[in-house]
Amino acid sequence: MIERIRRMLVKEFLQALRDYRMRSTIFLLPLIQVLVFGYAITTDVKHVALAVYDLDNTVASRDLISRFAGSGYFEIVNYVYDDAAARSLLDHGSVRLVLRINAGFQADLAAGRVAQVQALLDGSDSNTAGIVLNYSNEIVGQANFDALVDRVTRVLGTFQRPGQADLQTRAWFNENLESRNFFVPGVIALIVTLITLMLTSIAVVREYEIGTIEQIMVTPIRPIEFILGKTVPFALIGFADVLLITAVGVYWFEVPIRGSIPLLLLATGLYLLTSLGVGLLISTISRTQQQALMTSFLFFAPAILLSGFVFPIANMPQVVQWLTYLNPLRYFLVIIRGIFLKGVGLQILWPQMVALTIIGVLTFTLAVRRFHKTLT
Amino acid sequence: MKLVRLRAIARKEFLHVFRDRLSLAIAVALPLILIIIFGFALSFDVKHVPLVVWDQSETQLSRELISRFTGSPYFRLVDYARNYPEVERAVDSGQALLALVISRDFAAHLESGRPAAVQLIADGGDSNTATIALGYAEAVARGFSQQIAVQQVQQQRGLTLQPPIDLRPRVWFNADLESRNYIIPGLIAVIMMVIAAILTSLTIAREWERGTMEQLIATPVRGIELVLGKLIPYFVVGMFDVLLAVLMTELVFQVPLRGNILLLFGTAAVFLSGALSIGMLISILTRNQLLATQLAMVLTFLPADLLSGFLSPIENMPRAIQLVTYFVPARYFVTLLRSIYLKGVGLDVLAWEAATLLTFCSVTVVVALLCFRKKLA
Repeated sequence: MIERIRRMLVKEFLQALRDYRMRSTIFLLPLIQVLVFGYAITTDVKHVALAVYDLDNTVASRDLISRFAGSGYFEIVNYVYDDAAARSLLDHGSVRLVLRINAGFQADLAAGRVAQVQALLDGSDSNTAGIVLNYSNEIVGQANFDALVDRVTRVLGTFQRPGQADLQTRAWFNENLESRNFFVPGVIALIVTLITLMLTSIAVVREYEIGTIEQIMVTPIRPIEFILGKTVPFALIGFADVLLITAVGVYWFEVPIRGSIPLLLLATGLYLLTSLGVGLLISTISRTQQQALMTSFLFFAPAILLSGFVFPIANMPQVVQWLTYLNPLRYFLVIIRGIFLKGVGLQILWPQMVALTIIGVLTFTLAVRRFHKTLT
Repeated sequence: MKLVRLRAIARKEFLHVFRDRLSLAIAVALPLILIIIFGFALSFDVKHVPLVVWDQSETQLSRELISRFTGSPYFRLVDYARNYPEVERAVDSGQALLALVISRDFAAHLESGRPAAVQLIADGGDSNTATIALGYAEAVARGFSQQIAVQQVQQQRGLTLQPPIDLRPRVWFNADLESRNYIIPGLIAVIMMVIAAILTSLTIAREWERGTMEQLIATPVRGIELVLGKLIPYFVVGMFDVLLAVLMTELVFQVPLRGNILLLFGTAAVFLSGALSIGMLISILTRNQLLATQLAMVLTFLPADLLSGFLSPIENMPRAIQLVTYFVPARYFVTLLRSIYLKGVGLDVLAWEAATLLTFCSVTVVVALLCFRKKLA
């Protein structure tokens, strides 16, 4: 039996890695993904393009503008003097925000009236717009506070500055709030799923499509040996990819890994039970490689989207949040990020490990059963 | 090029597509599933951030600050901690994303006009949520400070005060800042790239792998007829998906379509031809289905997803990556879709994007046609 499994493994490895293009793809795919996620997906909003529409043009209006320019959040890219120009800039998407200060701004302030300032925002990117609005409110809020103190001082002569709640913020686990620390470890889950799901299902279905399955059936090989032969190589490739991504993440992107790597590999092993199982299941309902690819995608897309990889689960509607408890990727991601960023171990992560084990054992058993049926 | 032969190939390919019920069903169902998930389940909006509070001050002022947090829709109080380890545990286990620690001398400092320290600890693991939540928290704290200041001045001197500058935000194009309105139009581009990646990238490789290509080579059909004939059925399926997606955005999600619908479908047709040609090109060059699927992921789906501005704005990316995005056709299409949907602008504003997209797609179609060789390796 051992001998037959060994032969099967050799055959599968040869088949998967014979083509140099395939060899490079298996490792290029994770590399490109890590690079893209490490560099491209930043949700940090900085240097927002701002156009100034200053109809007052006084010391006070310029003071407010310089507060925006000096905040580090905004970059003044344009000055406009009429509505049409402001409109055109927003239409083209050249600026996110037009700050419009009406004539009489300084006069209003001096007379103690409320001086209006308009913020025209491009709301099409709602996320960025929300953050930009926050920044603007913060800047105007500070200006207001200073102006209030100023005004009171002017009226009363001397005045003791009122106390302020002084908010000292500290981000744990990711001190500079770098997006890459969030995304790069997550790529592990993405790649392991993608590789094992597609390679396993396609490797099985190809035998059907080309007709070589009949040759295999006449050999003395048993179904369980066939299954092991079709899964173990891809499991090993999966482990190799985990190490590759970890190495690139830690050495290139300087993502901290504070927890234990053996625990990471153990969790990967548990997760592989599920993803290989799903790959086998897909191969039992597909007869062509195209079908296998499409069915894989049908599983892969919702599983990734509803895992918390990019979109936080806490923001989803309650019903969907309950559904995500069935998603093995959810647990795998919590474990990966826990190990990388928080450096926590089994005493915190055991519920996720248990969930992964249960889902994995169930899926794999089901897959092996169904597979037996289709094979005989 | 003879139309008869082109028709024959297109007909053969149509039969392939329609006979394979499972693939066809998925080609229609997948866009629907993606739209439903993105429309109903996913959002960047940060609300109800779980918050744990350790109030060492336990005064009226500290409770007032806390109630400002709990009263805002952005925070949800999950627990009170009584000591530092409890705060640590809540954040470690992910029970809370934010922890507010109010120092013992908070009220005393405020009353004597000194800065009163409040510590805010955020789980930075999810940097995006943390950044937004910290922004909200700062706004809450500032509002609190202002209120205290105004109260103190009024109590001491009997003055009435109001904030001197009133910032009036006016949000254009998406007045309620619905993230759905932003995401769903861009999703159409991603869906088309997926279709191209999983349908077209296999079509020619399959003929090589199964050996049927030799039969085709033996016929008088020419390369250009074969490639075009194979593109047509997938183009029809793809445009049907676009129609479905547009109907869903209109009827189910009520994303406003402010621009010209003909412009929308016109640019979609151009983009789809380009996307399908890229898939076809991969298929022609690899002659191997497994390899073609992997390459299609890297070259079509991923860039459309990540480098097009669909998920995160291009202007936030590092300079080098921004340059790369100019070579991602989906970038132009995503901009076109969003502008047509939300801004309602036409070709006068979008001329550059439309022209670049057209150039890109013509080039890929021509390259795909030229690359196909009717020869055995």
